Amino acid sequence: MSVDQEMDSGRRTLLLATSAVGGVAAVATAVPFVASLTPSERAKAAGAPVEADVGKLAPGEMMTVEWRGKPVWILRRTPEMLASLDKTDDKVSDPASNKPMQPEYAKNKHRSIKPEYLVTVGICTHLGCSPSEKFKVGAEGGMGADWPGGFLCPCHGSQFDLAGRVYKSMPAPDNLEIPPHKYLADTTILVGDDGKA
Amino acid sequence: MTTKSQAVLNWIDERFPLTSSIKGHLTEYYAPKNFNFWYFFGSLALLVLVIQIVTGIFLVMHYKPDASLNAAGVPVAFASVEYIMRDVPGGWLIRYLHSTGASAFFIVVYLHMFRGLLYGSYRKPRELIWIFGTLIFLALMAEAFMGYLLPWGQMSFWGAQVIVNLFSAIPIIGPDLSLVIRGDYVVSDATLNRFFSFHVIAVPLVLIGLVAAHIVALHEVGSNNPDGVEIKKKKDSSGKPLDGIPFHPYYTVKDIVGVVAFLFVFSAVVFFAPEGGGYFLEFNNFLPADPLTTPPHIAPVWYFTPFYSILRAVTYPLFGLDAKFWGVVAMGASVVIIAFLPWLDRSPVKSIRYKGPVFKAALVIFIICFFILGYLGVLPPTPGRTLVSQICSVLYFGFFLLMPWYSQLDKCKPEPERVNFK
Repeated sequence: MSVDQEMDSGRRTLLLATSAVGGVAAVATAVPFVASLTPSERAKAAGAPVEADVGKLAPGEMMTVEWRGKPVWILRRTPEMLASLDKTDDKVSDPASNKPMQPEYAKNKHRSIKPEYLVTVGICTHLGCSPSEKFKVGAEGGMGADWPGGFLCPCHGSQFDLAGRVYKSMPAPDNLEIPPHKYLADTTILVGDDGKA
Repeated sequence: MTTKSQAVLNWIDERFPLTSSIKGHLTEYYAPKNFNFWYFFGSLALLVLVIQIVTGIFLVMHYKPDASLNAAGVPVAFASVEYIMRDVPGGWLIRYLHSTGASAFFIVVYLHMFRGLLYGSYRKPRELIWIFGTLIFLALMAEAFMGYLLPWGQMSFWGAQVIVNLFSAIPIIGPDLSLVIRGDYVVSDATLNRFFSFHVIAVPLVLIGLVAAHIVALHEVGSNNPDGVEIKKKKDSSGKPLDGIPFHPYYTVKDIVGVVAFLFVFSAVVFFAPEGGGYFLEFNNFLPADPLTTPPHIAPVWYFTPFYSILRAVTYPLFGLDAKFWGVVAMGASVVIIAFLPWLDRSPVKSIRYKGPVFKAALVIFIICFFILGYLGVLPPTPGRTLVSQICSVLYFGFFLLMPWYSQLDKCKPEPERVNFK
């Protein structure tokens, strides 16, 4: 089209209007496609709570249950393990659990309902690997002489204490998540439902 | 040519640009006569692309993207790969060709990119070729990453877990974004199926389109050469470049030599070391995915490790955002920055042959850093290694970001009028 040709402003308005309406239609069509990428109803429903019988756990032993496809650890802490939390208080980045990584009832020093049992999601808050148990105290566990026992993430080296609190200057920004849970009986824990949500 | 076949050709040419396309891209596409060893890798990349597409088509006939457990308690996807390896006639070979092809693709493409760095192939007027090339590299990384999930082994699962979680580091939209990528709250069957779809349909389509654009742009402006001088400046009376030779038959025949040499090495790996010492196929991936246990040491496949090291090197929070976020930014930037080379290099000459000592030193340091980062990326982190990777990451970015200054300061030699050719 040559420049000196006169523009038909009526047609141009129609052209713009048609393009705009077409654009709206294109965006509207994209909605179901993008929506199909989000978790399906079945995936949303799959978060049923799981029951765990902790009666068989010896002191210092840990068990893993699967909840929402993630490992949930239940660690029965010995008195020594609980005492180690005093030593790590000034080494961890959020000792008082101020960040909302746990339900209100686990916002305490030992980050649990009963001090003895730690219930935590075994997924590192950095990039989602599952940390390994490093319960051996001192140089024996290969974690240095003053290691009080805890967890080490194999992916990027984040360290956690025995309450799942992350050490300072680690790749992981937050403490391990404490899932909603409650005691159905003295030694039966229901993970995923605390009767409050 | 007989009159009959000439008539058929004429009939086609009146309806489709067959003869003119063959002339434009092959028999009358004039490439510089001084191509050396480094110029094999473009055509080899095309060869590997074909190998990957053909083997991929046959693998899909037997592979099942299904994370549910079969009667034996093994994920169906993992079992279907074992089935291909053990029960499908020839399946092991097709699968090893595909898995070795992935590593070969990156070796060839890295060498192809290095060639560009050596001879300034990204400089004007080839900026768009270079940008298309960077996009091909990005698409290739996406293709490799999603393909790696499909065997549903331990490395598949945890590698995807880590990389998808990277996106959750982006402020505000991050958590929802990683949810949309996974299609579930954890890496699951939904993730496996969408990665399968992207790996076999979406990304290959984009890749082929980009490769076509890369070649069309190249044939529009003509190839660079080891001397970095434009052959189109000196033409004979008929308008052909004096230093150019037709791509076909000269370079088609030369490239066949490269293909034969490549296939020797490639076949040796496929038949005698398909696992590549644990680098091409990681040993942990021979275990089925277990969402409850991370293997004691996880590392990405070798071709991602330089960028993975840069991700891990960022350990300081900044502007109130996590180190994790800045690590993701640094990793993304380390790939994207390659696209900006045409505007970062202010040297008066293109080729390393005429560039001065400063640029040469910078390139050597860059390549050394790239190798160190790659090596550290397969190892578990220690404070010492993190420090080394931090130094190398700074030098990596320094190579690019300081280039506008050091490339101008450099004492370059004058470029020749015509290409050197013995």
